[in-house]
Amino acid sequence: MSLLALDRVTYTYAGASAPSLRDVSLTVDEGELVVLAGRSASGKSTLLRAASGLVPHFHGGTLAGSVHVGGLDTRAHGPSDVARVAGTLLQDPESQVVLTTVRAELAFPLENRGEGPAAVARGVEEAALALGIAHLLDRATTELSGGELQRVALGAALAGRPRLVLLDEPTSQLDPVAGDELIWLLRRLNEEWGTTIVLAEHRLERCLPAADRVIAMADGQVVCDAAPRAFLAWAAGASPELQTPAARLFAEAGWTPPPSGVKEARAALRARGLDLQAADAGHCQRPQDVGSDPRPAEAEVEVDAGDDAAPRRPSRRARRDAALVLDGVWHERRNGAAVLRGVDLAIAPGERVALMGRNGAGKSTLLRHAAGLMAPTRGKVKASGRVALLLQDPNDYLLHERVGDEASMDALRAVGLEHVVDRHPRDLSGGQRQRLALAIVLDGPARAAVVGLDEPTRGMDRSAKGALAERLHGLADDGAAVIVATHDPEFAAEVAERVVLLADGRPIADGPASVVLAGGWYFATETARITGGRALLPADGAGLLIARAGADADADAGDEVPVP
Amino acid sequence: MRYRRRASPLHAARAAAGGAWCAAVAAAALSAEHPLVLAALALVVLAGAAGAGVGREVGKIVAWMVPWALVIAFVNMLVVRDGLTVLARLGEVPPFGQVDLTLEALVYGGQFGARLLLVAAAFAIFTVAVDPDDLLRLMRRASVRSALAATLAVRLVPVLAADAARIDEARRCRADGGGDGTAARLAVLRAVAGGALDRALDVAATLEVRGYGSARRRSGGSGVPWSRHDLAFLGSAVVLVALTVASRVAGFASFGTYPELHSSGVVEAVVLGIAYISVALLPLADRRGIVR
Repeated sequence: MSLLALDRVTYTYAGASAPSLRDVSLTVDEGELVVLAGRSASGKSTLLRAASGLVPHFHGGTLAGSVHVGGLDTRAHGPSDVARVAGTLLQDPESQVVLTTVRAELAFPLENRGEGPAAVARGVEEAALALGIAHLLDRATTELSGGELQRVALGAALAGRPRLVLLDEPTSQLDPVAGDELIWLLRRLNEEWGTTIVLAEHRLERCLPAADRVIAMADGQVVCDAAPRAFLAWAAGASPELQTPAARLFAEAGWTPPPSGVKEARAALRARGLDLQAADAGHCQRPQDVGSDPRPAEAEVEVDAGDDAAPRRPSRRARRDAALVLDGVWHERRNGAAVLRGVDLAIAPGERVALMGRNGAGKSTLLRHAAGLMAPTRGKVKASGRVALLLQDPNDYLLHERVGDEASMDALRAVGLEHVVDRHPRDLSGGQRQRLALAIVLDGPARAAVVGLDEPTRGMDRSAKGALAERLHGLADDGAAVIVATHDPEFAAEVAERVVLLADGRPIADGPASVVLAGGWYFATETARITGGRALLPADGAGLLIARAGADADADAGDEVPVP
Repeated sequence: MRYRRRASPLHAARAAAGGAWCAAVAAAALSAEHPLVLAALALVVLAGAAGAGVGREVGKIVAWMVPWALVIAFVNMLVVRDGLTVLARLGEVPPFGQVDLTLEALVYGGQFGARLLLVAAAFAIFTVAVDPDDLLRLMRRASVRSALAATLAVRLVPVLAADAARIDEARRCRADGGGDGTAARLAVLRAVAGGALDRALDVAATLEVRGYGSARRRSGGSGVPWSRHDLAFLGSAVVLVALTVASRVAGFASFGTYPELHSSGVVEAVVLGIAYISVALLPLADRRGIVR
C-alpha cells in the first residue's frame, strides 16, 4: 500500500522562472527505506517539502498534479494535517528547534496533536531513549551543539511515532560516529517498527546499505528509481558523481556489479581471492566493548596507527619555519570545560592538513585561535602572516547588496566569479556563495600565509567538493598552509597530506593521511576500509586491485573467478 | 539573560505557580507606600533571587536600575513644587522655572523609583526562573494565535543573537578586518535584519511541520501532579495578593508625602514587612525535590 504517492507533480516556487519539480510521479510503500540522491538543486529538498505539505501551502508557487500522504491529499490538507502522518526534519538544525528546553521540544508535536498528558510523557521518554538524548531533556536548546540539536530535532520529528519520516540531509552536521549512529537508528526504526523513511543525502555510502530503493533526481525530474545495486550500475554510466567510493573503486577497476557498501565490497574481493583485510589485521584497533551505548568512547575510536601517527611536540626547527604554530595552547571556558588542552602544532608553508574528530573535539575552536578570533587562556599562537579563515556558513560573510562590493575584482576572478559582480550575493547558488566567501577572506594586498576552513563541505555534492579540493591544492601550491576541519574522510583524503585527529581538545593522532585515514574504524575512508588501509581513494584502490588481481591471475592462471 | 533550568524551589515549581508568585511580589511593590515595606520587599526580591540561584542575573538588573531610580527621584524633586519642607531654593532654573527642592518631592521620587526597581527585579526573576515553554503551553490553551506569535518571537531572539555573533565573527575574518566601530556594527545589524525574514520563515516552517496549525485544545491540565513547590508558590502568591489588597483597603502601613510626610506608624510597616518576608520567602526554604 502506498504511503506516499506523487502523481505528475510539477512545482514552481513563487517568483521562480523554472520549475523545481517536473512531472514527478512516484510511490513509496509502507515500510520502505528510500534514499533520494542527486546533485545540489536537483529537487530533493523540494520533493520532501511537497511530501510534508509545505509545498505549496507554506511556500506558495504553482503546483500541478497531486501528492497524497497517508491518504491525505496535500492540495486539501496543509503541513499541520500532514504532520499527523509524517514527521519532517529539514536541513538546518538551528531553526528546527522552536522551544527553549529539549523536553518541551519533544512534547510539542504531541501536544499539538491533542495527546493526553500520559501519551505526551511517554512519547517524550521514548523519543529521548531512542535517540540517546535522555540526559539532555532538561537542557536549554540554546546550549546544545549542532549535533545535539540535530538529534533533538529528529526526536521532535519522531515523537509522535509517525508512519512516514522525511529527512533532508540529517547527517550533514554530524561527525562520522554520530552520522553512522543516526543511519543505524533510522534502519532500526524501519526494521523494527515499520516506519517508512524517505531520506535525502549526499553521502550515499552511509545510507545505501540500509536502503531498499534509491530515487535519483536531476533538474527536478526522477532519472532513476531502482534498488541500490541497480542504481549504482546506472550511476556508473549516467551520473558518476553519484557513485559511492566503493562503487567508484570497482568501476575504476573495471569490475561489476558495483557493491552497495563495504561489506559487499569485501565479500566481492574475497570471492575474487583478494582478502586484503586478513593481510592487514594490525592496522585498526577495534572497540573491545561497545556495550549498550552505540557511541564509542574516545579510547575506542582512537587510531592505532603506530609511531607514524603519534602526536609529538614539533621540533624547534619545524616551529621556526612554520606558517602557523600553536604552542601549548589551552582554551578554558570560564565556569566551564577546557576545550583545548595544551595543543602543540606546527604547519609548514604549503602543507595541507585536515583536522578531524567528533563533534565538540575542539576543531572549530582551534581554527578560531589560529585566526586570532579567540585568545588562548594559556600558550601561544604564532603565524608567519595573515590567517584567512572561512567559517562554516558562507552566508555569514555576505554584508553588501552587490557581489562586486564584497571583494575586489582580482579576488573574484581568482574564484571564477567575475561574471556575477552586479548580482545580489544572496541570489548566488550555494557553491558560488562559498567561492565568494573564500574570495572575501583571501582578498587583500598581502597573500594569506594560512588558509583555514571550518567544515567547508557541509551540504555539498561530490562535484562541488572536487572543485573545492582543487582550489585548496592551488592555494597550497602558492605557498599557503591549508588547514581544514572536516568530518568527511573522503574529502580529507582528497585534500590533505597530513591529518590531525582531535579528541577532547588534544591531538590523539597526527601523521600522514595515508596512515591516519587508513587505520581507523570511523575516521577512515570507505576505500581504506575495503582495501585494509592500503589505499584511501577509489582511483588508488582500483590500481591496487588491478595489480593484485593481475598478480593472482598470473599465479593461478586458468582459475575461474566467481561473481558474488 | 534567559531561562536555564537550575536546582531551586522556584525552578521546580510549574510556570503558573512561579509566574503568579513573581506577579504577586511585583503587585506588592507597586502597592507599597511605606519605605520600610519597600525595604522589606527589596529583601524579598534579593533573597528570593539568591534562593532561586539567580542572584547574579537579578543583581545585574538591580545594579542597572539603581541609577535610574536615583534619576527619577532627582528629576521629581526638580519638577514637583509640592511639599512644605524646603531643602534648597535654586531660584530660576530654565526650563524648570522657580525651583524649590523639597524633602517631600525627593521622598516621593525615591518611593516611585524604588517601586520601579522592585518591579524590574521581580520580572527579572520571572525571566530567568520561570519556564517559558510551560508559559507558552498555558498560553496556547487560551489563544493559539497569540501563542504562535509569542513562540516565534521567543525562539527568534536567541536565533538572531546567534546569527549576529556568527556574522560578526565572519566580519572579523575579512581580509580588511571588516571595519571598526559604528559602521561595522551597522553592517552586521543590516545583515542580521536581512536574514531575519528567512529565519522567521524557517522557524515558521518548522512550527507547521510539527503540527502547530492543527493544534487541538486539550481538556484538563498538564497531567503532572501538583508538587509541594507548585502548591507552596501558588499559596504564597495568593496570600501576598491578599495582604496587598487588605493593607490597601484598610489603609494599613500607609505613607503619604504631600504636603508633608505622614505615615500610619512604624509598627504597622514593620508588621506588614515581616508578613511579606515570611510569606514570600517561605516556599524557597523547602529544598526537597528540586533537582529534575
